[in-house]
Amino acid sequence: MFFIISNDKELRADGRAYNELRPIKIEAGVLKRADGSAYLEVGGNKILASVYGPRESYIRRLLKPNTGVIRVRYNMAPFSVDDRKRPGPDRRSTEISKIAADALRPALMLESFPRSMVDVSIEVIEAEGGTRCAGITAAAVALADAGIPMKDIVVGCAAGKVNDQIVLDLSEKEDKEGQADVPIAIMPRTGEITLLQADGNLTEEEFEEALDLAMEGCMKISELQHEALKNRYSSE
Amino acid sequence: MDIVPEITRKSITRLINDGKRADGRAFDERRDIFIEPNVIEKAEGSARVKLGDTQVIVGVKPTIGEPFGDTPNLGVLMTNCELLPMAAPGFEPGPPSPESIELARVVDRGIRESELVDLEKLCIEEGKKVWMLFIDLHVIDYDGNLFDASNLAVMAALMNTKLPVAEYIDDEVVLSEDETMDLPIRDKLALSTFVKIGNGLILDPSLEEEEILDARITIGVTDEGNHVCSMQKGGEAPLSRDEILDAVHMAFTTKDDLLSYLD
Amino acid sequence: MIYVNEKDLVVPGELLAEDDYYPGRGTFEDDGKICSKLLGLVSLRNKKISVIPLKSKYLPKKGDVVIGKIDDVRFSMWGVDINSPYSGILPASEVFGREKKELSRVFDIGDVLFLRIVDVDEVKKVKLGLKGRGMGKFKGGVIVDIAPTKVPRLIGKKGSMINMIKDKTGCKIVVGQNGLVWVKGNEDMEQIVKNIIKLIEREAHTSGLTDRIKNKLCLLIDGELPPEEEEVEEVEQEEEEEEDAFEEGLKKPELQDFRDEVEKELAEEGFIDEDSEEDEEDDEDSEDEEFEEDLEDFNDETEDYEDIDEEDLDDEDSEEDIEEFEDDISDEELEDVISEAISEDEDEDEIVEESEDEEDVEDSEDDEDLEDSEEEAVEESEDEEDVEEDSEESPEEEAVEESEEENEDDSDDDEDDSKDEKSKKPNFMDTYEYINEQKKNNKSSFDLSRADNSKSPTLNISQGRGI
Repeated sequence: MFFIISNDKELRADGRAYNELRPIKIEAGVLKRADGSAYLEVGGNKILASVYGPRESYIRRLLKPNTGVIRVRYNMAPFSVDDRKRPGPDRRSTEISKIAADALRPALMLESFPRSMVDVSIEVIEAEGGTRCAGITAAAVALADAGIPMKDIVVGCAAGKVNDQIVLDLSEKEDKEGQADVPIAIMPRTGEITLLQADGNLTEEEFEEALDLAMEGCMKISELQHEALKNRYSSE
Repeated sequence: MDIVPEITRKSITRLINDGKRADGRAFDERRDIFIEPNVIEKAEGSARVKLGDTQVIVGVKPTIGEPFGDTPNLGVLMTNCELLPMAAPGFEPGPPSPESIELARVVDRGIRESELVDLEKLCIEEGKKVWMLFIDLHVIDYDGNLFDASNLAVMAALMNTKLPVAEYIDDEVVLSEDETMDLPIRDKLALSTFVKIGNGLILDPSLEEEEILDARITIGVTDEGNHVCSMQKGGEAPLSRDEILDAVHMAFTTKDDLLSYLD
Repeated sequence: MIYVNEKDLVVPGELLAEDDYYPGRGTFEDDGKICSKLLGLVSLRNKKISVIPLKSKYLPKKGDVVIGKIDDVRFSMWGVDINSPYSGILPASEVFGREKKELSRVFDIGDVLFLRIVDVDEVKKVKLGLKGRGMGKFKGGVIVDIAPTKVPRLIGKKGSMINMIKDKTGCKIVVGQNGLVWVKGNEDMEQIVKNIIKLIEREAHTSGLTDRIKNKLCLLIDGELPPEEEEVEEVEQEEEEEEDAFEEGLKKPELQDFRDEVEKELAEEGFIDEDSEEDEEDDEDSEDEEFEEDLEDFNDETEDYEDIDEEDLDDEDSEEDIEEFEDDISDEELEDVISEAISEDEDEDEIVEESEDEEDVEDSEDDEDLEDSEEEAVEESEDEEDVEEDSEESPEEEAVEESEEENEDDSDDDEDDSKDEKSKKPNFMDTYEYINEQKKNNKSSFDLSRADNSKSPTLNISQGRGI
């Protein structure tokens, strides 16, 4: 989509170059009731994100006297995967909810909304590898759409190792068959990393390469986030 | 905004008593309907439906299981519903609320009682293996009348559900890799929800109307069979015999228009 | 070095300028770089760069006029939903005199009121009052809600938009700065106004809106467009005017001291007569004690889940709140009572002890006072309607317009504000004219189908099934 196919690396199973993202589409402001919302497709992933708030919360122990707080719920639809997933939270979605909140929080500037709550909901309608990064990317757009003050629009992307080659934005198949996966999220203006996970086997050099590649991917996706927000208010 | 302002309640009621609705619709007029089938590639059947600004996504996932003892030759349908927190400010995460269970059961009852899915054709080997279909309803934007929107989405999803051809060979189910069959659908169900506000009975309530309803009635009628096959009354106020008969009549008169969206 | 133009649409984190420029509201400075913290439109004034948000929640501000809905009735206060992250409280003392009344007989759950924000303390407890012209309970009519950031657009320059709608439809319209609008008139007109207001909200960032709304109104009501000559003329004229007003307004953002305004207003309108004044002052102490108790109840109830530590903390907070309220009231009301109030403050402990007794007394007094209180409430709302009818530039609007100015200012530019404060009171100006030139349309609504599942660029990489 974005890159010149280099000759020194093999093409991947789906025909992408090592540093090529899957096709992405982002749309902001897709729901009526939510204060902010976004829809994102990347490869076969279809993700909806919504934001309510800042608003009052009856769970007062979660609130902070000096700033607003964010709560994230990541959820996969039962029909989003090949074998039906049982509805409701499991350990995986609970962890992703937590790290997604951690990834988004550094960008928020909620000082003018003390004792309030921002509720973010990430719904995976269809999953095809890399839903956490895609979910964070969509949630950040929904936050901006809701008018939440932020230092930056957080963006997520993964790199990994497949067939001993470091590649960008693993598909579901590559993720399953690959040797490593490094999902990250960054604040693109400063390049600061707000989410980092890794599983698999990587040498020090390979990790560095994967990290740089993932950051490069983030920068590309960031442009699409901006476009989505600007398109919301531009005439067709 | 859980509490409806008193003046809003009064103005809507006054309008309805004068034979009008806030959004200019006739009493038996639905909001715009938009149906997009096959939205989920990974689901065997799926659809997204927009009724006004209410939005619902439905996915159908099959598995193979054992039939119930009393119906050894019938496949199984299971309907589940989630009112997602993204759909309305008041929807909380957590175990299914009574509202979501009622919604799932009303939709399920219509599909089941209309017998629109030929469950015998979902039997792979009598008494041993049958298709079990999970119908999962995801409410993503709640702007009133989830019943009708959900039923439309379920109908649309079932109508485009494709199952792999299954054979029972040597005590094992063998699924064909390239051959699929359409879900055997032999009828269509039109679900119509009316609410009573003041002296009026109105079809397809908007959120505003739903929030102040006195009573609600949902009626399922079949297309081919032309039968009433499911009903559900809701709301605190009672309904008179005549009001119910009026609603049933309107459910029949508006059926064709509603079902034309599924063609 | 500047990277954006006036009226550009920017996103959070977008670099706006470096060196030589100053960060205004909606922006932040990081390592000498000025960046946007909002999705909004750039405003450039004398090297000061700001971003005006396209969407944002209403943040209560002292002096604002808002429309609120009663969502709770307690012993000595009402809970009010003001369409904000923070809910408001209306102490009973704001409504009755010294007498005790059953609150729900005056305002009950679901009632909609036009209120003034008397105080917002540092823990964001919002205290509301009804002192001022046209304040009180609405009777009849409909409520329309719009994004609070679009309120200026609805009002238009010097009320041009809202007055046009009023003239054309004969409806009474009251706009709260929190994005709630009350409309009352002929039944059909109410619905027309409702739709028109929604249209204005959707198209707030497009150009020539006033004119399009005018045409639309004429079509809906007269069945024909207004004479064409006039139309063309006005387009240009209005746009220019609005633009000018906008520019001017931006140069002189103003932070008004609400206290002065209210006092002036009260005095001018003869709202303060000395008897009632004293009554109010007398009441405040006793009422506030009860109010404090309610508040503690309130905290207790809502803190069921909390640890003891936090509860303790909060209780402290609420006590502080009360003290603050008292301070503010005494400040804000008439100066000649301040000394009285202070001396009463000293007696605070005594009063706390007494307050329980007072509760008992209350019941017995109830019966007599009820009628009075209801009458009071009725009078208030009638008052307001009269005002509406009498003048085109209704006081509510003025209030809204003026304080809208304040609203535009954020704490970010406190420095500038303090300077500006001294300059003359600006005309109301329409921030959203800004967006006019952008000629942008709100993309209507969600369409997952834009995801084009049919024609779909969507991938088929997912051949590998199974997880």
